[in-house]
Amino acid sequence: MKQSIFEVKANTKIAENTYKMVLGGDCSGITASGQFVNIKLDGFFLRRPISVCDYDDNELTLIYKALGKGTEYMAELGAGAKLDILTGLGNGYDLSKSGNEPVLIGGGAGVPPMYNLCRKLVAEGKKPQVILGFNKENEVFFENEFKALGAEVTVTTADGSYGMKGFVTDALKNMKYTYIYSCGPEPMLKAIYNTAETSGQLSFEERMGCGFGACMGCSCATKYGNKRICKDGPVLEMEEIIW
Amino acid sequence: MVNTKVTLSGLELDNPVIPASGTFGFGYEFAELYDINILGSFSFKGTTKEPRFGNPTPRIAECPMGMINSVGLQNPGIDKVISEELPKLKKCFNKKVIANISGFSVDEYSYCAERIDKEEQVGIIEINVSCPNVHNGGMAFGTSAENVAKVTKAVKEVTTKPVYIKLSPNVTDIVSIAKACEENGADGISMINTLLGMRIDLKTKKPVIANKMGGFSGTAILPVALRMVYQVYEAVNIPIIGMGGVSTAEDVIEMMLAGATAVQVGAANLVEPFACKNIIENLPKVMEKYKIDDLKSIIGGAH
Repeated sequence: MKQSIFEVKANTKIAENTYKMVLGGDCSGITASGQFVNIKLDGFFLRRPISVCDYDDNELTLIYKALGKGTEYMAELGAGAKLDILTGLGNGYDLSKSGNEPVLIGGGAGVPPMYNLCRKLVAEGKKPQVILGFNKENEVFFENEFKALGAEVTVTTADGSYGMKGFVTDALKNMKYTYIYSCGPEPMLKAIYNTAETSGQLSFEERMGCGFGACMGCSCATKYGNKRICKDGPVLEMEEIIW
Repeated sequence: MVNTKVTLSGLELDNPVIPASGTFGFGYEFAELYDINILGSFSFKGTTKEPRFGNPTPRIAECPMGMINSVGLQNPGIDKVISEELPKLKKCFNKKVIANISGFSVDEYSYCAERIDKEEQVGIIEINVSCPNVHNGGMAFGTSAENVAKVTKAVKEVTTKPVYIKLSPNVTDIVSIAKACEENGADGISMINTLLGMRIDLKTKKPVIANKMGGFSGTAILPVALRMVYQVYEAVNIPIIGMGGVSTAEDVIEMMLAGATAVQVGAANLVEPFACKNIIENLPKVMEKYKIDDLKSIIGGAH
C-alpha cells in the first residue's frame, strides 16, 4: 500500500451514472490486476474504495458509478483536482492459473477491473474471451476498448436492448474456456459459480472501513477461515466461497 | 526541547499517543507503513475467550464526521492471540502493549485477564466492558456500576499488572461507574468507547448495518469524550486514558487538559493510516506553539 496525491486529468461520463476518471500520480503501489484504491474526499469521513480499471507507472484509470453522495461528489471533480489516494489495496487476480483461453466476466460496475487483467493476459500471449453484462443499452461501456485489446467480446443486457438478451451466464453456457475471472454483483457471481465448468477467481464487494486490513469491517467466512475482503480479497478462489 | 513523556501506573511512555483497540489490529498492517515503535504504546484488538467471527456484514456505515461499526469483537480467541499474534507482534513492536480483553461473563473476563497477565509484552490490561456490538455481554457490564464493580474485582484478583476499565458513554451517569471501578481496585479508566448509533439507507429504507445498530466514532464524538473525561477526572484519583474523536496533536492536548494522562486514537487510523505518526511528529510543534514544555504538566489543566 502506498499513499500519494493524484491529480485528476479527465473525468468524463461514459454511460448512465458511469464515469471514467484518469489521474496522474505515483502508481508504484499497485502490484496486480484486480486491486483497488481508497480515495479521500473532502467532507466525507470514510475513504471510497474504487477498483482499478487500468494503470501504468504514473497514470491511473478508474471507472465508477455515481450512486451515492461520495461518488456523486467524485463525478463533479474537474481536471486539476487533487486527491489523496491509498493505492495497491487487496490481493488482485492470479494470472498464472488462466490457461490459454480464460473467460473474463464483468457485470456492471464489475467491468473495470477486467480491463487491466485482459490487457495483461493478451500481453502474455493468452486468448481471453470477455463477457460484459449490463441491465440495458445506456449502461453499456468499454465494449470497443476490450475489442481493441484483441479480445472476443460478448455483451449481454438483461432487457435485450443491446447485444445478447439475458445474463452473463447465458453467454457463458455456450463457451469453451480454460478458467474464469469475474467481478460483479454477488448474485451474478453465484450464478457463474453454478454454471462454471472450470475453476476461477471472483472479486467481491463489501462495505469497508479502512480498506487495508485493520478494522475487520469487511470480513467474510470462507472454507479456509475468515478473510478480510479488503486485504485477503477482494479476489477469492471459487472453491473457498461459502454461498 | 519539549518533553512528551507521560506515565501510566508506573509505565513510562515516550509520548501519550496510543492507537485504540480495534483500529490497529495486532499492529502488522501499520508496521508495513512506518516504524510503530514511535508510538507511546498500543491497544490490541479486543480479545475474548473463544474465537469470534463477529456480526454479519454490512458492519460499517459512513456518518457525518465519523463512522459506525458493528464488527462485534472478531478475534482469534485468547489462546491464538497468545500463541500466534503476540510472537508476531514482538517482531515489529518492542514496547509494552495494552491488552484489550472482553467477555460475556465475569468468569470469561477473569479467564482472559489471568492468561494475558502472564505475557511479558503486556504492560496494561484494558478491560472492555463497553462494546456496543455484542448481545448478552460487553456493554451490558459497562452500563451498570454494580456489574462493572464485579468484573473489576474479579479481574484484579487474578492479575498483577495495572488494570484499566474501558467505559461506555451510553450510560446516564458515567461518574458513578468510574467511581465503582476505582473503589474495586481499578488502576485506571479508559474512556470513551463508541456511542450507540444507526444509519438508514434511503433506497432500501432499512438500517445500513446488518445488526441495525453499531458504535459511532470519529471526529464528531470528540466533544462528548472531552466532557466525560472532564467529569470523571474530577471524581476519581486514578489515571484516565482519554479517547473519542482524536485525530490531531491539538486534540491530544485538549484531551489531556480535560484530564487524560494518555490519549488513544481510534477511527482516525482507519481513514488516515499515518494518523498516529503525524500526531506524534506534530506534537512537539503544537506544544511549542502553546508554550508547553512538559506535557504531563497539563494533565487536568482545564479544571
